[in-house]
Amino acid sequence: MAAQEPVGDGAETARVSLLYDPKVRALVAQVALILLVIWLGYSMVNNTLVNLEKQSIASGFGFLGTTAGFSIAPTLGTFIVDYAEESSYGSAFYVGLFNTLLVAFIGIILATIWGFILGVARLSNNWVIAKLSTVYIETLRNIPLLLQIFFWYFAVLRSLPNPRESVEFGANIVLNTRGLFMPRPLPEAGFGWVSIAILIGLVGTFFMRRWAHQRQESTGEQFPVFWTSVGLIVGFPILVFLVLGMPLDWQIPELRGFNFRGGMVIIPEFMSLLLALVLYTATFIAEIVRAGILAVSHGQSEAAHALGVRSGPTLRLVVIPQALRVIIPPLTSQYLNLTKNSSLAVAIAYPDLVSVFAGTVLNQTGQAVEILLITLAVYLTISIVTSVLMNWYNAKMSLVER
Amino acid sequence: MKKIILPVLFGMAAMGVSAPSASAATLDDVKAKGFVQCGVSQGLPGFSNTNDAGDWTGIDVDVCRAVAAAVFGDASLVKYTPLSAKERFTALQSGEVDVLSRNTTWTMSRDTSLGLNFTGVNYYDGQGFMVRNSLGVTSALQLDGASICTNTGTTTELNVADYFRANNMDYEVVAFEKADEVVQAYDSGRCDVYTTDASGLYAQRLKLTNPGEHSVLPEIISKEPLGPVVRHGDDQWLDIVKWSLNAMINAEEMGVTSANVDDMRNGDNPGIKRLLGTEGAFGEAIGVSNDWAYNIIKQVGNYGEIFEANVGPDTELGISRGVNALWTNGGLQYAPPIR
Repeated sequence: MAAQEPVGDGAETARVSLLYDPKVRALVAQVALILLVIWLGYSMVNNTLVNLEKQSIASGFGFLGTTAGFSIAPTLGTFIVDYAEESSYGSAFYVGLFNTLLVAFIGIILATIWGFILGVARLSNNWVIAKLSTVYIETLRNIPLLLQIFFWYFAVLRSLPNPRESVEFGANIVLNTRGLFMPRPLPEAGFGWVSIAILIGLVGTFFMRRWAHQRQESTGEQFPVFWTSVGLIVGFPILVFLVLGMPLDWQIPELRGFNFRGGMVIIPEFMSLLLALVLYTATFIAEIVRAGILAVSHGQSEAAHALGVRSGPTLRLVVIPQALRVIIPPLTSQYLNLTKNSSLAVAIAYPDLVSVFAGTVLNQTGQAVEILLITLAVYLTISIVTSVLMNWYNAKMSLVER
Repeated sequence: MKKIILPVLFGMAAMGVSAPSASAATLDDVKAKGFVQCGVSQGLPGFSNTNDAGDWTGIDVDVCRAVAAAVFGDASLVKYTPLSAKERFTALQSGEVDVLSRNTTWTMSRDTSLGLNFTGVNYYDGQGFMVRNSLGVTSALQLDGASICTNTGTTTELNVADYFRANNMDYEVVAFEKADEVVQAYDSGRCDVYTTDASGLYAQRLKLTNPGEHSVLPEIISKEPLGPVVRHGDDQWLDIVKWSLNAMINAEEMGVTSANVDDMRNGDNPGIKRLLGTEGAFGEAIGVSNDWAYNIIKQVGNYGEIFEANVGPDTELGISRGVNALWTNGGLQYAPPIR
């Protein structure tokens, strides 16, 4: 570009026609493009509104306050929102949102753990473990997810007993076709102190870790950080709980009529969706983990061993931190995939956002444009937040150059 | 789902200029392309289902065929789009189908706020419950605490909520997108109860492993007038669909059948002459040929014939005429006169 610009002083350039001035031309082209995009956006919105009006289809977001009138299967979402038939379409939206977030959140945690185990297993020196892991990964990641969801739902459902012949696990936990029933904890007066104890434990752990880190930097002495953390976060609240005389009651599920009532229930739709998502996504995570570990030069472990560092700390302090730099970016994509794939829930009646909001609510109100826009915006937001968090973590783990 | 969302977003927004076929003449579009695009169910025996030869049959399918017979004089000029309960209205709104004949309940909100018009009732239905005989349940009022399988995006979901609330009973709803999955889930014991329109229960029961072990409870908890639907704003097309159905009902009332229609055409009864187009110009008034009703009855049959052939006592479904009998026989089927 620079070579084509007129060479000379200001007086000479001024004489060149504006038509041939590359700066002006670039500016005009860009302004024209932006105007075109704005016009396109405006005409799309305008067209939509005019056509909805013309076909007398209701529009606007007023429907969110209208009574929903339908029921949603009991899940964490219905519990948090306290949803009932008299609730509004807006509440139904939150039920769907919480259910999507729940399955995505738990799914991400479990898929990460299972994926790491599989990835390490595939690199194992033990022939059987390595081959088992290879076969598992190659089978599950090559079968479409929707089929796996159907498999886990219908295959597992058919093998479960009906409520009257439930499998009992003891401690009032029962399993049947209607789900996994567990006692529901009912906090009594004084239980608030246990929550405060957990909070104290968390804050204490934070400061303890800082202190231990500083001490190691200055003296080289190590402190049992992990076990102290466990003691503070788990042990301390349990102690408070016992001292206060166990201020917690349990609502036991019992068989009445058709089904178990009371207690908590994990519906089979949730279990099979979670199972399918975790088992499927974990195969991809396993491959990412394997790639990450293989990317760390073998010389690194050899150097650590030469310094007398044992195998455990070598993996934890030398290999994994370096592997994570390779692992985190593609891992983020898998987290996003898992979240978006959770919308396949609609096939097996798990009341997620797509099923409840972009399904039932859309059909009862008929306001497809608004509802799909909201749904798109929600998935976009969840994905962007996940990306931002993972990018922050990636920046934190990246190589600090001195 | 995906194949519907895209046409909606792009059809309504991006290509909004060409999309509003609602205000344009659907009849002209249909004539130009040479067939009627008809939205049907994904497989409901008796209403819209494919037979062994792969052809669509059913009482809803016959409404589509009647419209094609009226427009083209050939009942076979129909193409079918199987739609889930959830997709159906969007498919019609966006112009993907010309007429929706998919066991769809006529309700006020659907008629007024979806940009649609119902053209009549081809089957008077009501919501019922199906249970396993082994449960020993004889009335819907004994269903306190039951798990209920149903379809999303239907009036069923709302009716069941109303019924259980009104009777102060507990329940759990498991709502699937496709009817086949509802049947599978119910069959595998996920639910105690399967609820949908009573006609649908009889039809879906045939798909269960052991149909004989299930029965439909006597309570009918709602009014479900099922009928064909068209887009709002095209009165000519609305008239064609409405009167195609009315012609079949009138034909049954006048005793005109596919077998005797040729003889009847040459008879002296002025009512029948008007119906079959030998007197007056009723076809022209709705933009089709005057022998429109003759073609419908000759090729598709009168209402009684399509009922008997698809859902009647001699079919697998074995449904009696009941409220779907003609008004002259104590039923509800009543068509305004052609004059």
